[in-house]
Order: sequence, then C-alpha cells, then structure tokens
Amino acid sequence: MQLKFNEKQNAFRTEVREWLSNNVPAEPLQSYDTREGFEQHREWEGKLYENRLSMVMWPQDLGGRGCDLIEWLIFEEEYYAAGAPMRVNQNGQLLLGPTLMEFGTDEQKHRFLPRMASSQDMWAQGWSEPDAGSDMASVRSKAIRDGDEYVINGQKTWSTRAIYADWVFGLFRSDPDSKRHHGLSYLVVPLDAPGVTIRPIKALNGKDAFAEVFFDDVRVPASNCIGEEGQGWSVAMATAGFERGLLLRSPARFQQTAKRLVDLYRQYAANHGENGALRDAVLESWMGAEAYAQAAYHTVGLVEKGAKIGAESSINKVIWSELDLKMHEAAMEMLGAYGELRGGSPAALDDGSWLEGFLFAQAGPIYAGTNEIQRNIIAERMLGLPRA
Amino acid sequence: MDFTFTEDQLAFKEAISRFLKTEVPPEVLRDICDTEEGSTSELRQKMAEQGLAALSVPENQGGLGMDDTAWSLLTQELGYYAIPDSMADTAYVASGLLTALPEGTQQREQLLEMIAEGSIRIAVVHGVNPLVVDLHLADKALVEHEGEVHLVSREQFDCERNTSIDSSRRVSRLNFSASSASKIAGADDGSGVWAETLNRGALAVAGKSLGLAQRMLDLSVDYAIQRKQFGKPIGSFQAVKHKLADVVGGIETAKPTLYRAAYALANGDARADLYVSHAKLACCQAAMVAARHGIQVHGAMGYTWEADLQMFMKRAWALQASWGTAEFHRQRVADDILADGVAIGPQYTFEG
Repeated sequence: MQLKFNEKQNAFRTEVREWLSNNVPAEPLQSYDTREGFEQHREWEGKLYENRLSMVMWPQDLGGRGCDLIEWLIFEEEYYAAGAPMRVNQNGQLLLGPTLMEFGTDEQKHRFLPRMASSQDMWAQGWSEPDAGSDMASVRSKAIRDGDEYVINGQKTWSTRAIYADWVFGLFRSDPDSKRHHGLSYLVVPLDAPGVTIRPIKALNGKDAFAEVFFDDVRVPASNCIGEEGQGWSVAMATAGFERGLLLRSPARFQQTAKRLVDLYRQYAANHGENGALRDAVLESWMGAEAYAQAAYHTVGLVEKGAKIGAESSINKVIWSELDLKMHEAAMEMLGAYGELRGGSPAALDDGSWLEGFLFAQAGPIYAGTNEIQRNIIAERMLGLPRA
Repeated sequence: MDFTFTEDQLAFKEAISRFLKTEVPPEVLRDICDTEEGSTSELRQKMAEQGLAALSVPENQGGLGMDDTAWSLLTQELGYYAIPDSMADTAYVASGLLTALPEGTQQREQLLEMIAEGSIRIAVVHGVNPLVVDLHLADKALVEHEGEVHLVSREQFDCERNTSIDSSRRVSRLNFSASSASKIAGADDGSGVWAETLNRGALAVAGKSLGLAQRMLDLSVDYAIQRKQFGKPIGSFQAVKHKLADVVGGIETAKPTLYRAAYALANGDARADLYVSHAKLACCQAAMVAARHGIQVHGAMGYTWEADLQMFMKRAWALQASWGTAEFHRQRVADDILADGVAIGPQYTFEG
C-alpha cells in the first residue's frame, strides 16, 4: 500500500489543472438538453479532444492519450474540481466506446472512436423499448439481414438527447424466431437515415432530454454490426459492468457535490445557527462521497493487478445514485423556501443549480439499470441467492 | 499509488483466518462464552504462538514490527470469528502506545518484550471508554490522566466485574488514584501518544465490526438459501435479496475507509483523526445494518439463543460505543471538514 502519486502522475495533474483553468468557460454553458446548449457542449468536447483530454484512457491512435486508470481518476478529479461542463457524449464514450474497443474490427474502431472522442459524432443509446425496460431481453425491434444490409423496423425509447444526436446504438432482434437473449445483434444506426423518426419526450426539467426513436424499413450496412450477428446480448453485457459501475459516474463528481454541500451548510450555519440534523446529513454526504472515491482507487488497484470486476459494479451504481439523492435533498432543506425556485428567477439562490441537480438526481436510481435490478444482481451473482 | 495489500500481507491474513476458523468454530465460541471469564488462557496462548502477540512489537524487542495496515486485515478476522479475547488491546493498542513513548521510558522495553512473548495482558484505560474490557484480568494497565501516561499493576487498582450483552465480554470501571509514582510519561510526550492510541483503539473496533458484518451476512445468506417457505428458498424473494444486497453495500463502502485510516495512522498523516473516525462510523454502521437485516432474514430464529447469529450480533452491538460513540466520531469529522480553509473535494482524496 502506497498512497502517494508519483512524479508522472503529479505532472499530469498539473498539466490538466492548468489547461482547465485557462480553458473552462467563465460563463456556464446552457443546458445540454437544449439544441443550443447541446452544440455549445459539442464545441467544448472538440476543444478537449484537440488537447487529447476528451478520452484520456483511449489509445493515442484512436483519439486518446493512453492513460492508465489512476491517471483517469486524476483527470476526473481535476475536471470536476474545475467546474468544467458536463460531458454530453458519455453514452457513446463510456457505454459504446469500450464495447467497440473489445469487439469492434479495426475498421470499425477507426471509423467511430476518434469521431466519438471529438464529439463530431454524438451518440444516443437505444436499449429500452416500450415493453423492454428492466426486462431488456424482451426487445422486439427487428433487424433482418438482406444481402449486405440489415432492414430495421421497430421502436426504441428513453434515448437520451436523441433528437440532437447523430447516431444511435442498441440491440435488435436479427433472428425473428428467437427468444429472450438469443438472436440479438448489436447495431449502430445513423439517426439521419431514411425511415428514422424521432419524437422528443420532455423530462422532469421541461426540456427534450430524451426521445422515442421509430425505425421504418431503415437500411444499414452489415458492417454496422458490432461483434457477431446473433451475439448482441453477450457483446452488450461484456462491458456493461465496469462502465456502469465506475466510469459512468466517477467519484470526483460526487466529491465536488459534497464539497459544495459543505459550503452551503457553512453559509446556512452562519445565517441560521448550527443544526444537528443538517450537520449530520452533510457529514454523511461527505463521507459517502469519500468512501466511493477510496473504493474506486482500491478497485483500480485490484484491476491493475489483474482482477476482473463484474457484479461488484452494481454496488457502485446503487451507492452513487442514492448518495446523489441524499445530497440534493439536504441541499433543498437548507435552501428552505428558496429551494423551489427555477434558475433565472429574481430571488433564486445559486442560479437554481441545486434544483436542477435535485431533479436529475431523481433519475439516478432508475437509469442504467434500476436499483432494484442492481440489488437483484448483487444478491444473485455475488451472494449466490437463487433466482425467483 | 497502490491502494491494495501485498501478497505477503494477504497470505498472513489467510493463515490467521484458517487458524481461527479451526480453533474457534461457533460451538467452541459458545463453550467459551459459558466459562466464568468468557475467555480462556489456552486460546490466548495459541494466538500468541501464531505470531499475533508479537505482530506490531518492534523487531528490537523481539516482535515482527508490522504496522496498522496489517491490523486492519487481522482485526477483521478477529471480528469474523467473534474471537472471545482482548488480544488486540494488548498486542495492538498497548504495544502501539509503548512503542510511541520515548526510548528508555520506564519499563517500556521490558513490557514490549513481554507482549511479544505473549506473557502479559495490558489493559489500556482512556477517558473515552468508561468501561474497560478484561481489566480484571490485566497484569498491568496503561492509564490516561490529564495527558500523562500512568502504569499500574493489577494489585494497585480496584475494579468491578460487569457482564455484558455479549456473553464473552467482562467490562470494568477503574478505581485508581494517579500519583507521581505511577507516572511514566508527562503530558508533553503523552498527549500525542494518547491521540494515536485513541485512533488505534477505534481502528481495532472498526476492523472487528467490519469482520462481524461480513460474518452476519454470510450466516444470513446461508439461512436464506436453506430456509423454505411457499415452496421456495426465502432467498429467492426480492424483499429478502434487497436487504442482503444493502448489507453488501455497507460493507463494501466501509472497507476502503478502514484501509485508508490504517495507512494514515501508519504514516503519521496529520488528518488521521478524520480518517479513523470515518472508518469507525462506516464500519460500525455496516455492522448495525448487517445485524438489523440479519435478524429480520432469520425471522423468529434470529431472536433465539440457539441460532449462531446472536453471538455475532451482540458483539457488534457491544462494540458500537467502544473507543468513542458515533456522536464522538461525527464531531471529529465535523471538526475537520467544517473548519475554515480546509482542503476537501475531489483533488484531496489522498493528499490534503
């Protein structure tokens, strides 16, 4: 055990910190759930990419800088500490990206990954369907092989920012007679292809944060299949665990929220006096975020020594999503009557950012596999409890 | 940056684990709990022979010279098997205290040698603990008095013997008057030593609590697989699964905080109080959740003397307030992170 960073790691931290302090926009970007904000975020991602800071862990020839996991954690710490913009293309970069790394052909990797790292291509995910949510194996959208092409018909839903995005990836039934996990293929589809219709869905924040995507005889080349035809389920699952657990929501994000919460409590106590219950909620939040960060370093250490991370990732998903909720609930209580104010209201404190975070935190226990599903995974795969 | 243990450390932990598993299965634990003292000198002697007594005594005094990170692993094993013995109080807490005193301090070297040999029991008495485990069995007590360190022999103090909800624990209040004759270190040296000692005591409780949590989880999983209702194992029901999944979450969140705290102590980190209190809170909370959900999953069996769960649950309850209550440790966390100009946030996970 050695909890000090080496010279190379410190130099990397300094470089990232300096670059961010010179480049993070002074004014916050607009919400990436709007067209204008989306394009502002794309521009920011392009800037990161030019400096090889978009996907630091990816190999250099695919648009990254070949960092290891510790350097990735350092990057994330600096990124969130700097108050840099939210990452708009994470569904592609963190969910599809690793899948392409493992299962993509060289041609596919070079075709998709650099443009994904630079956000020239923005990606929406296409997992859920109206009748396939937690029960993802019941997808019905079909992709039937016709010569060198697939012909896609069906519907996907809850595709985050799909009305603004360029591509969608997801699972489609390539064997029409198949059931459940069998006969599925993992395909990528351009959203401007003829036959694609996108209908936005307004989220809790009133913005078009996600969408339904309809496929009506949409044709894509067979080279858009990632991994082997019919093996889509195992392709999707092979990389689901680690990303869902760690990369998707790095600890730094929650440590930064906890730090803001500590600041908020100090202001609160200065104005209203100490409050034991709120103090305890703030301490719990800070400890929760720190524990998640320490757990990440512990996990990364084990991974670097060759350990494989599987169902353990479900623990992280439950922890960060429920921590995020608790932190925002505590913030709302401290804001008191002002907590309900939307950003831009004359009396709003902190430009309504705690409220926006509070709204988004409501989604945490639901997306990327509900926490009920995660708890089932922990119980069945880690504890060996029998399936129902 | 490497937040993992070496293969040697893990192998030592495994060896101790196998030894304790063989020596103290639940039926033996029950027998020991039924004895007059709730502990036996035979087990104590065997543990010493395994190297536990000498573990952190400096090599100059015949010990193995291992640090707090080793204890963060071993205390989990002591908890997992609910070992009915106060070995860690002598071999870890008292040994750490004596080691931290200046060389040449009265009796320092000879006491350390006796600890390494396993030939002495030393109780550590600090104001944070109104009750001291196995004080009546101790050959000597190291007592905190206004920052000073006092050393007293068994014949020089009175103590009562209270029984605990944990059948293996005997706890006492100390009746003793400090004098210049009993003083072995003044407050100049003593204050820093006592601060460290408090942290070692709390870390040992944290490690044991985490081990207990894991044992209660394992017992509950076994029970949920074996017990059938409605024609199925109760562990196939989501209401049961989700409770046990939450126990896993508590344990996995607490574990790194224990290791972080041990490293901080071993390396003289200026914020060791913060990390130790975090670990104490997280590990004791994990044990409380494991006990609460464990008894619920066991149903009526969980409320019996007969099911093994009770021995581990009661130890976990008894340890909650040992070496500082939850509020004591929350206040220490608050004193650090709510202070002016303090380094917190994503850049300070390890260096702040």
